[in-house]
Amino acid sequence: MPAIEFEGVSYTLVEKESVLDALLRNGVKAVHSCKAGSCGSCLMRATRGQVPARSQAGLKDSWKAQGYFLPCVCHPEADISLNGVGEDAQLGATVTRLDMLSPDVLRARIHCDAPISFRAGQYVTIMREGLARSYSIASLPEEGELELHVRRISGGKMSGWLHDQARVGDRVTVLGPSGECFYVPGKEDQPILLVGTGTGLAPLYGILKDALQHGHRGPIHLFHGALHQGGLYLVEELRRLVRRHAQIEYTPAVLNGSDAEGIAIGAIDQVVLRRFPKLSGWRGYICGDPAIVRLLKKKLFLSGMASRDIYSDAFLPAAQTS
Amino acid sequence: MYIMQTAPAQSLYEQLGGEAAVDAAVDVFYRKVLSYDRVSSFFDDVDMDQQIAKQKAFLTMVFGGPVAYSGKDMSTGHAHLVQRGLNDSHVDAVIEILADSLREVGAPEHLIAQVAAIAESARAQVLNR
Repeated sequence: MPAIEFEGVSYTLVEKESVLDALLRNGVKAVHSCKAGSCGSCLMRATRGQVPARSQAGLKDSWKAQGYFLPCVCHPEADISLNGVGEDAQLGATVTRLDMLSPDVLRARIHCDAPISFRAGQYVTIMREGLARSYSIASLPEEGELELHVRRISGGKMSGWLHDQARVGDRVTVLGPSGECFYVPGKEDQPILLVGTGTGLAPLYGILKDALQHGHRGPIHLFHGALHQGGLYLVEELRRLVRRHAQIEYTPAVLNGSDAEGIAIGAIDQVVLRRFPKLSGWRGYICGDPAIVRLLKKKLFLSGMASRDIYSDAFLPAAQTS
Repeated sequence: MYIMQTAPAQSLYEQLGGEAAVDAAVDVFYRKVLSYDRVSSFFDDVDMDQQIAKQKAFLTMVFGGPVAYSGKDMSTGHAHLVQRGLNDSHVDAVIEILADSLREVGAPEHLIAQVAAIAESARAQVLNR
């Protein structure tokens, strides 16, 4: 029978035993509930070896790509190594570039001391002097650096430090990456909707570049919402990208404002659904303010997008993430 | 997707098509629930991913599949909704939506009737009485 390695210890499965049952039988306190592959509470990640498709059924493609599986319904045919979720590496890193993208948004580029494996759209946690804040990654691994968009939060400790005091050469610690909101190769002709507010543009910008890099052929529509025009950023870069790639459409939108060239007015969900009332067959990525992400997920779903094709990352305030 | 030859040994869950059938039905079902005025307000402030997972567990149960709910789980899980006015008319609506959804994904009527009966059997627990 195959063996499983968990936290450095090897356990051999007995006949018909699931990975979860083997761990429990050996006294590992693994969180679980339904034991039927439904509830998802026992989720783990395989770091070596192949898990059967059955143990990944129903998981998002981005999770499958990272080796996540449900041990309660996993009967591997060969040895595997596995981790509980969330055990990621911690790396030293150096700030290499700081520039303002808008009056409120700083672009920080950070170079890690060792290669870090990530997908554009995932997030890392930046740690310094006991503070920890998560930021989405706007760059591709090939760029060699993490690009983060940092909005100045009133009274925010990390954003305040990055905006006012951080200098090129300063050291931080990087934890991660985490997150499931990224481009998954395959279905190259599927139309993609990218919708975000504020610095929700960071992961979407990364995902957009990643999709192009992977040769995505279907149309890609990016909607970026802000309260007012000053909250929009990277507008010229994105318009340049549109001119170079016929498949890309970019719609900046503001909630409050008067008509301006090429900028839509209105709530972001209404701007999107006015343009695309029917979204069956689409894939969607939604990032930014949690209330808007929740609303948009529901609206895109009701407009026909399959729940499995909806990827999202709600930016939680610091109290919930640190 | 549905297996037409219904060997007597097959469970309802297997006859309906098992997990693949649950996956096929869950979006159809939940979209109808959210679009249906009588019940949609009970789903306003919850995260969709969590809800989809719960709907999957619910469908697996009413399909006669491998999800074990106890009466206590069902009552506890719905207690806050009963406080907000959840009653028989809402359970009726969900059972109706369930049958419509199964029809839409092509399940035969005699299996739909069995699913409705399982859903009906949970009514008292859901309404905590």
